[in-house]
Amino acid sequence: MIVAKRKPFNEIKEYIQDYKKVLITGCGTCVAVCLAGGEKEVEVLNTELDMARKLDNNPLATGTITIERQCDVEYLEKLDDLVKDYEAILSMACGVGIQFLAERFPGIPVYPAVDTTGMSANLAVGWYEERCRSCGECVLGWTGGICPVTMCAKGLYNGPCGGTNNGSCEIDDEQPCAWFKIYERLATQDRLDNILKIKEPVDWNDQIPRTLIQPGYKKPEKDTQE
Amino acid sequence: MSTEGNGFKSGSNLEKILKAGHFAFTGELGPPRGNAAEEVVEKAKHLKGMVDAVNITDNQTAMVRMSSWAASLLILQEGLEPNFQMVCRDRNRLAMQADILGASALGIKNMLCLSGDHQKFGDHPNAKGVFDIDSIQLIGMVKKMRDEGKFLGGAELDGTPKMFIGAAANPFADPFEWRVYRLAKKINAGVDFIQTQCIYNMEKFRKWIQQANDMGLTEKVYILAGVTPMKSVGMAKYMKKKVPGMDVPDDTIKRLQGAEKGKVAAEGIKMACEQIEEFKEMKGVAGVHLMAIEWEHKVPEIAEQAKVLPRPEV
Repeated sequence: MIVAKRKPFNEIKEYIQDYKKVLITGCGTCVAVCLAGGEKEVEVLNTELDMARKLDNNPLATGTITIERQCDVEYLEKLDDLVKDYEAILSMACGVGIQFLAERFPGIPVYPAVDTTGMSANLAVGWYEERCRSCGECVLGWTGGICPVTMCAKGLYNGPCGGTNNGSCEIDDEQPCAWFKIYERLATQDRLDNILKIKEPVDWNDQIPRTLIQPGYKKPEKDTQE
Repeated sequence: MSTEGNGFKSGSNLEKILKAGHFAFTGELGPPRGNAAEEVVEKAKHLKGMVDAVNITDNQTAMVRMSSWAASLLILQEGLEPNFQMVCRDRNRLAMQADILGASALGIKNMLCLSGDHQKFGDHPNAKGVFDIDSIQLIGMVKKMRDEGKFLGGAELDGTPKMFIGAAANPFADPFEWRVYRLAKKINAGVDFIQTQCIYNMEKFRKWIQQANDMGLTEKVYILAGVTPMKSVGMAKYMKKKVPGMDVPDDTIKRLQGAEKGKVAAEGIKMACEQIEEFKEMKGVAGVHLMAIEWEHKVPEIAEQAKVLPRPEV
């Protein structure tokens, strides 16, 4: 899932210091699961802002709502009437949701209340580890199901580099070396020939904004009446 | 291979030395953290006549320094042959190819293709690491430019850079069993010579070179054994504990500790020279790469003691 962490409180407070009425918008999907921007976190932020602004003698009127997915137009419709009562919106969704909200309500400033940190696996409650960089050309088929693009600090395709240290990455003893793990797994599966071949320079697919249209689908025709 | 028809890939001094079957001896020089050309020239003076080529490091340990091609040019003007180092951390494929062409235009004939230490270790730890291509892909790119006269993107070059292509190998980083295969990959990518990580664990190195011999790899590439004399017990301990991928056996530290007061550095040099003597006889080793870090002025003494002088004229 997509994970995020809440921004430092003072940064959020500073964004909205000149507004009197702000809508705090949570997202009920990824950021709710990773404990950053769901209903509960919306209420916590609301309480903190309320208290802080009262202490500043600058009271703030807030509204709170958490919708199923901020990245989906179907759920955003719910906000159309509600937002009219507010001067600004704080979004606790991932970067996609924040932008989608800002796009739907171009007349109202939208501010992020979280930093999106990537696509991660849930290792235990509150503990997430990044596992995919959405490079657009999955290599897991020949790297034993371990992603060097994400897990190797240098993103090497023909690793391991010379910095492998007792199975750890040179940047940190706590960080396993991706290529050490790839080697071990492929050795176990008798598939080391997979990485004997040179992987040629990558044609990076993530250097321009990407659009995806699944086979059998197409972009809706533009309305010629407009 | 060469368009010049002389049988050389670049015709560098290092290539000629190796091809003639001489035991090569290369040195290293770290460019300054400023624009002081005189500092480069001063360091270069100690190396002149002592080594066949001098590695010019490229933002080593991710600390910003004078660019490696510029410092290479400075020592070239002093009559030394540079081995231009290039790391994948700081440039994308466009900038790399541009610098390879520029280096070649300036008369640089050797280059060393490296991944580069992670930026986290340096003085700009949160810089964006590029790693557009990796060291093995860089080897292939230089070879393509040199032998096919083409850019990585496929377009024809107007004048090809003749480079003797080098790379590094670390026989000590794990997984040890994979290291010789990584060497094989570099050979398949087109590398001409290898300079290894600093060697202290001789037993492990002998094992690695034996594997390389058994696989026929040492017939396809020139391997220069990396040697760095220990200056002090502190340096040995630091390298053991803090430098990733470095293998310093306890015996090395003990021997330095056993040296008389004020004679630890001399003992370090003696140990390095003993290693060099063994490398001269070791099957599969074509030379030594001496990394006397910030100890350039000691190189003449080390070269003398290692009995590698005078350097052959080729």
